[in-house]
Amino acid sequence: MAKIKSPAMLEEYRNEILRKRERYTRVISLCGGPGCHAQHCNEIYEAVKKAVEKNGSSESVMVRKTGCHGFCEMGPIAVIQPEGIFYCKISLEDVPEIVERTLEKGEAIERLLYSDPESEKAIIKESKVPFYAKQKRLLMSMNEHIDPGNIEDYLAQGGYRALVKALFEMEPLEIIDEVDKAGLRGRGGAGFPAASKWRACRKAIARDGIKYVLCNADEGDPGAYMDRSLLEGNPHLVLEGMLIGAYGIGATEGYIYVRHEYPLTVENLLIALDQAREVGLLGKNILGSGFDFDIKVSIGGGAFVCGESTALMASIEGRIGEPRVKHIHTAERGLFNRPTNLNNVETWANVPLIINQGAVKYRKIGTKTSTGTKIFSLVGSINNTGLVEVPMGMTLREIIFDIGGGVPKGRKFKAVQTGGPSGGCIPESLLDTPVDFDALYDVGSMMGSGGMIVMDETTCMVDIARYFVDFLCDESCGKCVPCREGLKQMLFILEDITQGRGSLDQLELLKELAEVMRDTSLCGLGQTAANPVLSTLHYFEEEYIEHIKKKKCRAGVCKPLISFSINAKKCTGCMACRKACPVGAIKGKKKEAHVIQPEKCEKCGICFEACKYGAVVRK
Amino acid sequence: MVKLIIDSQSVEAEETWTVLEAARYYGIDIPTLCYYEGLSPTSSCRLCVVEVIRGGRSRLTASCSMPVQEGIEVRTNSERVRKARKVIIELLLASCPNSRTLQCLASKYGVTKIRFKPEDRGCILCGLCVRMCEEQMQAGAIGFVYRGVDREVAMPFHTRHEACRECGACQFICPVCEMPCQGPMQPGQLCNACLDAVQLEAFPSKD
Ligand SMILES: Cc1cc2nc3c(=O)[nH]c(=O)nc-3n(C[C@H](O)[C@H](O)[C@H](O)COP(=O)(O)O)c2cc1C
Ligand code: SF4
Ligand code: SF4
Ligand code: FES
Repeated sequence: MAKIKSPAMLEEYRNEILRKRERYTRVISLCGGPGCHAQHCNEIYEAVKKAVEKNGSSESVMVRKTGCHGFCEMGPIAVIQPEGIFYCKISLEDVPEIVERTLEKGEAIERLLYSDPESEKAIIKESKVPFYAKQKRLLMSMNEHIDPGNIEDYLAQGGYRALVKALFEMEPLEIIDEVDKAGLRGRGGAGFPAASKWRACRKAIARDGIKYVLCNADEGDPGAYMDRSLLEGNPHLVLEGMLIGAYGIGATEGYIYVRHEYPLTVENLLIALDQAREVGLLGKNILGSGFDFDIKVSIGGGAFVCGESTALMASIEGRIGEPRVKHIHTAERGLFNRPTNLNNVETWANVPLIINQGAVKYRKIGTKTSTGTKIFSLVGSINNTGLVEVPMGMTLREIIFDIGGGVPKGRKFKAVQTGGPSGGCIPESLLDTPVDFDALYDVGSMMGSGGMIVMDETTCMVDIARYFVDFLCDESCGKCVPCREGLKQMLFILEDITQGRGSLDQLELLKELAEVMRDTSLCGLGQTAANPVLSTLHYFEEEYIEHIKKKKCRAGVCKPLISFSINAKKCTGCMACRKACPVGAIKGKKKEAHVIQPEKCEKCGICFEACKYGAVVRK
Repeated sequence: MVKLIIDSQSVEAEETWTVLEAARYYGIDIPTLCYYEGLSPTSSCRLCVVEVIRGGRSRLTASCSMPVQEGIEVRTNSERVRKARKVIIELLLASCPNSRTLQCLASKYGVTKIRFKPEDRGCILCGLCVRMCEEQMQAGAIGFVYRGVDREVAMPFHTRHEACRECGACQFICPVCEMPCQGPMQPGQLCNACLDAVQLEAFPSKD
């Protein structure tokens, strides 16, 4: 492929791609995202491809493996266009029928359709599935039309039009102004206005002419995978965003920092970079505009703290990934001591959208202070696990119950955790809080990068706080005292409480320690590390007190505080529990009441699940 | 020259000074542990935090690396600073209970109890030895290994490295490898023997 040297040539190339594709009567997009990948979507993709080739329809049917479609709970997923037929939980055995009936004739196969849990009616179209219907998928919807290994797919979707507009119709400062007017705030956690950072970096003096733009794809929050899915599924969207930002800022080099746990992301990214370079969308004199820019990929070791800006830069430089004091902003002296601008994956992905449709239209979605959409990875005790993209301002209740389908197994909702280890647990009474940077902060949590963990009555809130503190004990860099020693002592205290050795004085100590950690830690990790503790203490203090005073864990999680026994009146002697117990702690003859021997019992709760008569009692 | 306020006094400082340097120039005491003249500051112990008020907003900042700025107000001994300092000393003592330096800091800044679980690690990870070795001795024989609560100072692969000339500079500068505090306390407890005397010296007005 020859290099594209002008916007007109790009349009020509685009039209050629579209013309080439006119012969396809049908396109099947098989999700190859992380969730479906675990469900063997690769084999299904290969099988569909083979079957299409075999029956001679490869000229009229396009088979595409894409990035994540979002509804991971229902994987493996396939969408067939132009009908928009949505299939879920497909398996290898379904392939011949899909090819024969759907790809050939456009018929929907009832058993593969999504059935509405309420009406139990089969839904044919993806857009009518409740999980998708309430979302606003400005960024994610493109995923299913794109094979990340093929730049032509992105171009066919109108890709790189925003870049052309930015390079040929706008001045760099106009770009920054447009992003400013759009109200774009950083999606990496703190919600800092992107344009302010860009402006500072543009102003900064580059002594040797080099400025950097970086993309933060470290994504270390437990349970979060939205940045991965965007970058892995639609890499060119992020590249286009970075290109536009770099032009606005006056940067000539870029880095994307990805954790090594995301090998497929790295692979797709490298392919995308190669293809962009090949056609002249990266490199010298891009599209004949005179603008030079290229991007490198830097692979991190997967430390949570390396998501922090200065630690990330240290890591790219090949030094230990440790934060440093920021008396001089990274906009002036960042990577290799040069002016640097860092944004999150999703922040960059929003940029082409803003340039394409303009700030005024962009602002129409979202709230006054938080514009646009936000992608969350909805996980935990929820029916519809997956990635959801919603307009800012939607309430947590709508996300969890209308889109997420609520809590499974008839359990009761207890709390939702947002913001990862820096965020907090929000109780049921505050479910009408809108997702908005400021509103979430006001209830003691934060937007974070988009992790959303739903918890039900079987989650112990003290144990959750312990879990996050334990996570941070390992993930803090350990450089500064309040964070390193503070977290360690916090963990000791929370272990005391969950093991029944806690005292009420310790609750005061927790609060005092939390305040000092927030006030004096060197970086954002330590400054926010106490949030999971403070928010659970605030909203679920009675659970802490119960653990301490009554030695009781109402969720039945803290093992030293619970015991199992069998109610002889209810026990039928069916022996189910005895067979299920992995340590042989249950004694009893057939048709006689069974007994648990406390000295042998490991409190795993398997008998509790195994008994059909509700005779096993957990206290 | 930069004009600023430190503890209600209007002072002038060289542009290149840190807040700590300015305070010390005017005889104002700020405790430090990981700071050492001639070594690059890492601001990791956080003992030197002061309250900085700028544009009506106040926050705690490590004074050892913060450059002086025109018009800021610095409080080195406010309620908030004292509270933070005490908790930091308390945390450090839990990790190095017998250190004389830390015991003295406890007495001087009024730490009279350790509410945390002591676990003697024999090192407060201030990193002075690492910087001394690299920046002054030009050896770079030691460094930090591991992360989070497991962080420690070590030679590469935990074996003696030829880069080490056994100059002893690391031991010289270490604030905790010294004669343990000779006070009357049991291991893991506070000495506080000289509490009243040093308290009076540090805060003559007893606020
Ligand atoms: C401990 C820590 C971890 C972080 N991890 C991430 C991360 O994984 N991804 C991310 O985009 N930002 C992360 N951040 C935020 C970044 O430091 C930075 O603010 C962000 O990438 C800036 O981009 P934005 O303005 O577009 O959000 C983290 C911050 C801290 C303090
Ligand atoms: S706050 Fe924690 S992660 Fe940040 S520098 Fe200090 S020890 Fe490292
Ligand atoms: S050995 Fe001493 S000087 Fe080195 S980090 Fe530990 S306490 Fe500091
Ligand atoms: S002396 Fe300033 S942080 Fe240690």
